[in-house]
Amino acid sequence: MKARSEVIAQFTQVAREQNKPLAPLTDDLPLFDSGLDSLCFAIVVVRLEAALGVDPFDTDEEVHFPVTLGDFIGFYENAAK
Amino acid sequence: MPRNSSTSLSSCIVAPGTLNTPVVWGAESSATWEDLATGNIFHYRADDYRGRSVVLTTIDPFAAIAAMIQLDGVARRIVLYPPDLLFEHLAFVAETAAADFIVTDQPVPEAISSRMECIVPCGRKAAGEDVVSHTHNRASEFKTEWVLLTSGTTGLPKLTVHTLASLAAAIERKASASPSIMWSTFYDIRRFGGLQIFLRAVLTGTSLVLKGAKESTADFLARAGAQGVTHISGTPSHWRGALMSNSAHRIAPQYVRLSGEIADQAILNQLRLQYPQAKLAHVFASTEAGVAFEVNDGLMGFPADVLAQNPCVEMKVESGTLRVRSDRTAVCYLGRERQPLRDGEGFVDTGDLLELRAGRYYFAGREDGIINVGGLKVHPEEVEAVINRHPHVSMSLVRMKKSPITGAIVIADVVLKTPQSFPGGATQMQRNIMQFCRGELALHKVPALINFVPALAVAETGKLSRRYA
Repeated sequence: MKARSEVIAQFTQVAREQNKPLAPLTDDLPLFDSGLDSLCFAIVVVRLEAALGVDPFDTDEEVHFPVTLGDFIGFYENAAK
Repeated sequence: MPRNSSTSLSSCIVAPGTLNTPVVWGAESSATWEDLATGNIFHYRADDYRGRSVVLTTIDPFAAIAAMIQLDGVARRIVLYPPDLLFEHLAFVAETAAADFIVTDQPVPEAISSRMECIVPCGRKAAGEDVVSHTHNRASEFKTEWVLLTSGTTGLPKLTVHTLASLAAAIERKASASPSIMWSTFYDIRRFGGLQIFLRAVLTGTSLVLKGAKESTADFLARAGAQGVTHISGTPSHWRGALMSNSAHRIAPQYVRLSGEIADQAILNQLRLQYPQAKLAHVFASTEAGVAFEVNDGLMGFPADVLAQNPCVEMKVESGTLRVRSDRTAVCYLGRERQPLRDGEGFVDTGDLLELRAGRYYFAGREDGIINVGGLKVHPEEVEAVINRHPHVSMSLVRMKKSPITGAIVIADVVLKTPQSFPGGATQMQRNIMQFCRGELALHKVPALINFVPALAVAETGKLSRRYA
């Protein structure tokens, strides 16, 4: 659950910093409808690595970009296992 | 076909045939190339611009396109000021370019408007209006300088001079228009990567779909798909955003082009999976070096023999960086105290470090430490200068961290003056410094992460030890 709460916390914090209106964070929310732009996502990913110690994108395996918030959280939950 | 260097942009506008008249599609409106060339946005005062230096800074891309077409060959100098650039640099740019006029659809600070004339473009040709074609009766044509802006070390933009000939030298011209091709780009057309696509479309008489400044990636892709875009370009970061938008399937391109950043294998693989029918090309080009070469094998880096393949573009690797000499490179920088753009032999040092492994070159970062955040340059020194002005900061080191979203992102190591005694704890201080930076810097330059460190290594030169590459 740590990954989930950390992801939610970072989305909220980065949206506040960048003055972006954030959509209600449900699992089926498409990431690009969340209100965050590419730069925001890049910031979220680097901060999640600092907080959780994992970067699920940093792998030699084929990575499919997550599309919904639920996919994104699952990405970090799986990487933390 | 090599273009005649005395030919201006307006004389290249392909006269529309009865079918498939090429059109420029924006988010809210559209126009034919001929409309843009003949509808006089300068209140029929085009002669006032003859031989003058003009800065173009409009939100509306159609006004910018119309102005570029109508001013090339007339004005002495056209400066392309991208709409996303901080307006506070406008005075510096106008002064450096010795501007006589500013064409803008935004309110201009009085410090500028009191010194030179600001022209509000008057939009498109009105219905029933007599078109006075100023494009066919020019007494003499200027070889107009095209000035593009890139990020400089001090935070002020660098003004890089091209000619239409150098910008268009990489574009293959065809005897007739290609109605089956429709170009599009994620870039703004005022930046080098976007300007290349604009010039390809206008010089080859093809249609062009422009992304709206405030249009979402998903909406843009849906519109581009509906128009039938066949050729589309962007940075790897643009493409990562497209894949994440869940709308990448809305287009079915024949040609997918990446430029402006290092294309890594992950993004090339993703695009190959998404668009199995498309020709996938990553292009090495920069504002200073022009378009150098295109790689089509779907692999990151490039085969070593690429350096010797094109007789029009001489390339070599010296002191680890790629050097380019061709008629496509920029001519010079504008302004005082500017370093020469080319060396004594005419080569432009791209500053891009290359590593040779098994017959293939791979990009290994920048010699000067420039961080490329989604195609936008960041000079670490500029960011450090801001952080160091924060009252609690003793010194800082800004560096690059790889990002799966924007290719790279800015992070900072910071030494505090009194590490133990700042109010609110470490998290609060990190946020406080970032907030301070957001007030001074464009958002992509603000560190995404701040680490507090007890000290920074200083090299024997007395400078901070930087590990570039």
